[in-house]
Amino acid sequence: MKLIISAQNPTIESPVDTRFGRSQWLILVDADTKQWKAFQNPGVSQSGGAGVAAAQFVVDQNAEVVISGDFGPNAARAFQSAKIEMRLFLKQALTVEEAVDLYNSNKLLKFS
Amino acid sequence: MQIAVASGKGGTGKTTIATSLALSLAKLAKVRYFDCDVEAPNGHIFLKPVFDQISPAVILIPQIQPEKCTACGHCVEVCQFHALAKVGKTILVFPQLCHGCGSCTWNCPENAIIEVPNPIGTLERGMARENIAFLRGQLTISEPMATPIIRQLKKMEQPSEEFVDIFDAPPGASCSVVETLQGVDFALLVTEPTPFGLHDLKQMIGIVRDMNIPAGLVINRDGIGDDSLEELIQEEKLPILLRVPFNRLLAEKLAAGQSLVDVMPEYREVLVKLYQEIREIVGGSDK
Repeated sequence: MKLIISAQNPTIESPVDTRFGRSQWLILVDADTKQWKAFQNPGVSQSGGAGVAAAQFVVDQNAEVVISGDFGPNAARAFQSAKIEMRLFLKQALTVEEAVDLYNSNKLLKFS
Repeated sequence: MQIAVASGKGGTGKTTIATSLALSLAKLAKVRYFDCDVEAPNGHIFLKPVFDQISPAVILIPQIQPEKCTACGHCVEVCQFHALAKVGKTILVFPQLCHGCGSCTWNCPENAIIEVPNPIGTLERGMARENIAFLRGQLTISEPMATPIIRQLKKMEQPSEEFVDIFDAPPGASCSVVETLQGVDFALLVTEPTPFGLHDLKQMIGIVRDMNIPAGLVINRDGIGDDSLEELIQEEKLPILLRVPFNRLLAEKLAAGQSLVDVMPEYREVLVKLYQEIREIVGGSDK
């Protein structure tokens, strides 16, 4: 299962970023093997439409699940159309790796 | 003559000055007042227009014709505002992000995009006190894009030597202010001697210099704050065209919807003089 998680730094140990469209980094993680790769969020440098730019990137990576603190209406619409599941880490997860563990044990809230 | 009244910082007195300038000149010239603060227009409170025309302000946004679209994604790539996204074989349109620039339509190799009007607000016209022509744009709440309405509002009338046009600008120092300033003969910058007033005035000075628009200052609430504004003005060598001392009674009457020249009629003459000074500055420059 391919997850993308918003993060403050480009590692799996990084603190999560509660913002989606404006997070510095997006970390692609394989939920089973925990192999990961960090990508600069293309949304972060946009003057507008950051959520759509970041969502387009997630869609293009063929991720199945996207995890962040919240999703704006535009990003959420893109993910709903792409049938990409949105999950929220609220205040439970401090790092990207913890967010993956919480996802694996099905403890992350579904965004709706 | 086209004069924009701008400030940077909100609440420095743009509308106070713009509406009273309009009232002061109304007996001497044909005056048109444009409320370009389309996110929160309030000139009507002081000029009391009766509107007899109203029309929707629209921008043209893309509509994808699915039978022609091959989902090649060119439109998504050329849209610098991220108003389009490609999801599988579908192109999604995000109307609130669209600036109506037409790039997607232009670049679609399949001619699969048609443009449809998307209303984002209203344009109104009427007559106000003392025969002032009053034009107002109003952005619908939740719509984010102010500049197209301002552009359309200004286009409702042709510039003419016969008229004094007063553009009451929105606060801030971003696109909507630049749109308001576009093409005007003079920028009247209303500021106040506070750190916020100073900070935003610096930005406004940068904008009018970039746009090559002659400018002058109104210092409102003169006497409060500190001296840093005076220091900046000396450095920048901008003419101070008017000082309005801080006055609690005036503030109360303005808050109750009376204009500056209603409360203090002596300002009519002062504002006529200010206009004459503007004419001299504009006449002496390239224009």
